[in-house]
Amino acid sequence: MKPDDEPLLQIRGLCKRFGGVVAAKDVDLDVRAGEIVGLIGPNGSGKSTVMKLIMGIVRPDAGSVKLAGEEIAGLPPHRIARKGVGLVFQHSRPLQRQSVLENIKLALLPDSLIQLAGVPGIDDRAREIAARVGLDKVLDRRPSTLPFADLRKLELAKAIARDPRVVLVDEPFAGLTQAETRQFSDLVRSFRDQGRAVLLVDHNVKSVSALVDRAVALYLGERIAEGTAADVMRNETVRRVYMGGSLETSYRPQSSFADKEATLQVKNLNVQYGKAQALDNVSIHVHEGEFVSIVGLNGAGKTTLFNAISGFVPYTGEVSWAGQSLKRKSPARIAREGIVQCPETRELFTDMTVRENLDLGGQHLAKPQRAERLTWLFDLFPILKARQSQNAGTLSGGEQQMLTIARALMTNPKFLILDEPTLGLAPVILEQISKAIELLRKTTRITMLLGEQNVTFALPHADRVYVLEHGRIEWEGPPDRFAAEAGEGYL
Amino acid sequence: MRDITKTPLFWFCILCIVVASVLPVWVSGYVLGLLTVAYYYGVFAMAWDLLFGFANEVNFGPTFLIGLGAYTAGIVNGRYGLPITVCVLLGTLAAIVGGLLLALPALRVSGPYFGLTTLVAVLILQNLIVVFADLTGGEIGLTVPDVISIDARANYWIALAFMVVCGAILWGLSRSSVGLILQASGQDKVQAGALGFNVTKHKLAAFVISAFFSGLAGAMLVFYMGTASVGTFIDLTVAVQIIIAAVMGGRRTIVGAALGSIFLVGMTEVLRPMGELATLIVSVIALLVVLFFPNGFIGMLTRKEPA
Repeated sequence: MKPDDEPLLQIRGLCKRFGGVVAAKDVDLDVRAGEIVGLIGPNGSGKSTVMKLIMGIVRPDAGSVKLAGEEIAGLPPHRIARKGVGLVFQHSRPLQRQSVLENIKLALLPDSLIQLAGVPGIDDRAREIAARVGLDKVLDRRPSTLPFADLRKLELAKAIARDPRVVLVDEPFAGLTQAETRQFSDLVRSFRDQGRAVLLVDHNVKSVSALVDRAVALYLGERIAEGTAADVMRNETVRRVYMGGSLETSYRPQSSFADKEATLQVKNLNVQYGKAQALDNVSIHVHEGEFVSIVGLNGAGKTTLFNAISGFVPYTGEVSWAGQSLKRKSPARIAREGIVQCPETRELFTDMTVRENLDLGGQHLAKPQRAERLTWLFDLFPILKARQSQNAGTLSGGEQQMLTIARALMTNPKFLILDEPTLGLAPVILEQISKAIELLRKTTRITMLLGEQNVTFALPHADRVYVLEHGRIEWEGPPDRFAAEAGEGYL
Repeated sequence: MRDITKTPLFWFCILCIVVASVLPVWVSGYVLGLLTVAYYYGVFAMAWDLLFGFANEVNFGPTFLIGLGAYTAGIVNGRYGLPITVCVLLGTLAAIVGGLLLALPALRVSGPYFGLTTLVAVLILQNLIVVFADLTGGEIGLTVPDVISIDARANYWIALAFMVVCGAILWGLSRSSVGLILQASGQDKVQAGALGFNVTKHKLAAFVISAFFSGLAGAMLVFYMGTASVGTFIDLTVAVQIIIAAVMGGRRTIVGAALGSIFLVGMTEVLRPMGELATLIVSVIALLVVLFFPNGFIGMLTRKEPA
């Protein structure tokens, strides 16, 4: 690394809003040739947005992105790609009817309408690239027959084929085993050795710390820290964002719950998405009236676990509730029996008003009961009362989240699953939602299961905490022991 | 690229073409007439498959392009008495220009809205033809003075040769570099863009190529039939027939679209004695194929691809 050099990729004051959500706010970032920089941040921190802004997939509202001094902000992706920026996608969608070789050749083709016969020498170049990433043994296979790691290599091969000066890698190691991770790391290092500028986008510092020369941490669209991986891991703000700092907890021990055999039992749960193992032998239990937090980074498997409980994804293993197996029940049936999920994506009916969304949730209640519940919910979330006749899509992110929770509560659930309610929300809003949840915990008998990567939010309410990592339960215990026993591994 | 002469599909096609070209020795003029129409429909369906199968855009209005070609060629011939070749060329040109005018704004919107735009285009063209009845013959239809030939066999062979040449070009195109980029653009436009491909440019080109073949075939069909009417060239039921033929034959295969057309025209004819039931039966067959063999006839034949 030559720090005096002018950065190959220079980002200044980059801003992007999506409706009411600020995804990137005045982001500055430099990546020099021959340097690997990690762009780190929890889910909703804006790191993916920054990557998409660089590639031109979304257009910035303000700010500049310079490639070797040339402004590229606002150009369409194909122009940015041709100027020398390449993106290694996390999710690969190769052409399924073509072989691996043909997929690599695709990336070598010029953007031409008249070059029908292809390019001389393209075959040899594609083979050479395949050999470099270790795909030379599977050249004639169809992508659908490849293991997951090879699909990732194919994405890498396609990016190399364009010979980019700047390489953006989205979650380089997601879904890879340790051995595969090492192989992948070597490939990324070879980019650096060839003098390319590399930007790795990932959730936490730990996973890329061995690889990066420098790391930049984002939170809520803003840069909160920069330095070596060790510096960033030591940074107070980063630690607070990831580990929650010192927190007040008020847990109730398991023995304080009336049911001896916990009401929700998840045993040896396995879920497979194609070739990727999303959940690996997960067992958890939740007592009636208990508040359990599942802490894990994006991609750890939280949503998959919730979807398995709600009956949305097929699994092996056993899920039972109140003594009954949920395996053969449809998602609608499970919801009617009282297990209700507030999905991470919120799934509001955005073209309907706040009131209509709530009424839909209370569809099966008798009229007086519905009115009563509505009053109760408006006490819990006063802002929703003021917004009753507004379309749900016009609400701010925090208000939408409140509406999601309120709509779920309208159904009179016995078991409420909250999937990342804090996603992309500002601290002030977090506090409001936090208060509402605390009130629910204290005044109702609803059992709650919360999935979070924001520890500050997840710990104070929890009676018990599970840590989910790469689809496995890594830790279980009371919230006050989290920081000491599991916090470090979470950075 | 794999050697195509080694694939069973290639030899199957050769066999079909050989059988088709000696057919006039045995079969009646009536059957030849049916097949002649089926071959032109085959070109319509193949041109449509380029958009649906490769660019991943559902064009609900193939008859917009076909109608432009057919009516332009017919009107020019009737009004100015230009030779057939010139009329056909002008018709093709009209289809390309119309296609461009439609696709330029339509490709800006994505997903179902592109399809809806093309649907509306058909309705507009249909109304224009009725409104300008002086020029177009309106609902009664347009009669053209010239025909390609009055000999059923000659017409048949011309149509067959035309379909084979168009099929070969479209098929070759779909397997070329351009076809590869088009498939990538259709499948994931974000990724195709990140690889440096101008997705809009490639889709627009596909639309123009589709318009070229649709317009050309439409114009030629006019000079086979000697007449043009809204019901035979533009009506949405015609568009649906073309779409069903292409989907039944096998998406992303080009060849399948031609097979589907021949099958569709053939079935309708075989079942004609059953009256109204015929359409129903054909529709049910189409539905079953789409539901249970989403890869169509060619998918059933090759069976290699996962759905």
